[in-house]
Amino acid sequence: MPETISERVRRVVAETQKLPADRVQDESTFRELGIDSLDGLNILFALEEEFAVEVPDDAAKEFASVREAVEGIERLLAAKNA
Amino acid sequence: MRRVAVTGAGVVSALGVGVSSFWSALRAGTSGIGPIRAVDCSGIKFSNGAEVPDFNPLLHFDAKTAGQLDRSVQFAGIAAAEAIAHSGAALVPERTAVVTGCAIGGKPTEDHTYRLLYAEGRTRFDPMSIPKVMTSASASYISMRHGITGPCYTVSTACASAAHAIGQAFWMVRSGQVDVAVTGGTEAPVTLGMLRAWEAMRVVAPDTCRPFSRDRRGLILGEGAAVVVLEDLDAAVARGARVHAEICGFGMSSDAGHLTAPSADGAARAMSAALRDAGLDATQIGYVNAHGTGTAANDSTETRAIRAVFAAPPLVSATKSMHGHALGASPALEAVATILALRDGVLPPTAHFTEADPECDLDVIPNRARDVQVEAALSNSFAFGGLNAVLAFRRYVGSGQE
Repeated sequence: MPETISERVRRVVAETQKLPADRVQDESTFRELGIDSLDGLNILFALEEEFAVEVPDDAAKEFASVREAVEGIERLLAAKNA
Repeated sequence: MRRVAVTGAGVVSALGVGVSSFWSALRAGTSGIGPIRAVDCSGIKFSNGAEVPDFNPLLHFDAKTAGQLDRSVQFAGIAAAEAIAHSGAALVPERTAVVTGCAIGGKPTEDHTYRLLYAEGRTRFDPMSIPKVMTSASASYISMRHGITGPCYTVSTACASAAHAIGQAFWMVRSGQVDVAVTGGTEAPVTLGMLRAWEAMRVVAPDTCRPFSRDRRGLILGEGAAVVVLEDLDAAVARGARVHAEICGFGMSSDAGHLTAPSADGAARAMSAALRDAGLDATQIGYVNAHGTGTAANDSTETRAIRAVFAAPPLVSATKSMHGHALGASPALEAVATILALRDGVLPPTAHFTEADPECDLDVIPNRARDVQVEAALSNSFAFGGLNAVLAFRRYVGSGQE
């Protein structure tokens, strides 16, 4: 079964942050995971590569948790495929 | 200890070549920000910059010399020649120092040669590539061009480079290690590689640079150089030199914290250190030329730092709104702006200001210069990596008038 968007986002966050996969849950906030602004830049970069989308700077500011990142990516993918 | 005079200045910036065009534009609140011409910005999230307009090195160097110098070194060479001529100082070679600041070295040369190598498969390089890209090329060129044989070196501390350079040069003159110092900074960061790298940091504004405005969206990259001549004040007065201002303090600190997020505490400690070094009380400072990049994080953090140091904050402005953020050269451009503000009793504004931000509750001299004669001023520079450097200047009113 292919990975869901949520699974892919969690995998990207865990890989870029060198975190055990089970630590990164949909409910996890970036703060809880110890992710600061510079880590956030690296995650955005990795998410853009993973999903072949471009996250505008303004939208990027709203990515403060795994769930917000998943929702943001879903919106960008929907806009791309519209 | 000696007092140290600023007797000359030279500038190359987005506001033109020469101190007079720089200062008249700053006084008028005119910005040098516009569409980037050196690089095709299609596909990049921003397309505005602060480039030196219509720069032609052949107006300043013979063809052979121009070919030996990276754009960043050309800027420094022009600014240094202007500063030395402006000072009227007769340099004693071994009693004169050159200290320059530069964050990234000869990027235009590097970008060009790497494109030939990677994109065009060329294997033969310009034999001048190495001496053109070295970060200290500007110090070497100024030394050779003007026959200066004293201490000569370059400081590289990202966006605080020229402040560390000028501060070190000031201390060398003050302590008597040298009698004169030619010091400043230079940068030429407008290359495709650098623009893409800055894009990835998500700190460059898509519109313009609006420091301290609520709707600020980031910095605008600039380029250029500024150089000042510092000398023993008594000697300068004795030879009848015009003293534009005194440089009287230098303070440094390190955040020892985050690689890119600024710290109000680190910035405040550097300002306090500069005041102590200058023997100035905070109440004597009438103006701060802010680091003021126009990023969300810098401007609110710098506001907190200024409020931590000053019970009653002085007037503040961010001239990066006009000359852009020329990385390691910015502190030198801002030092010149601060010196001329003290000399002429005119404080340059923060351009492109639209709307006050409660997190930046300072009088930032929005859009219009203000005629205010202040006694002393600071120029702030805070670099990525948490390296902070602050210069203190004071008005020179002439002997017998103090």
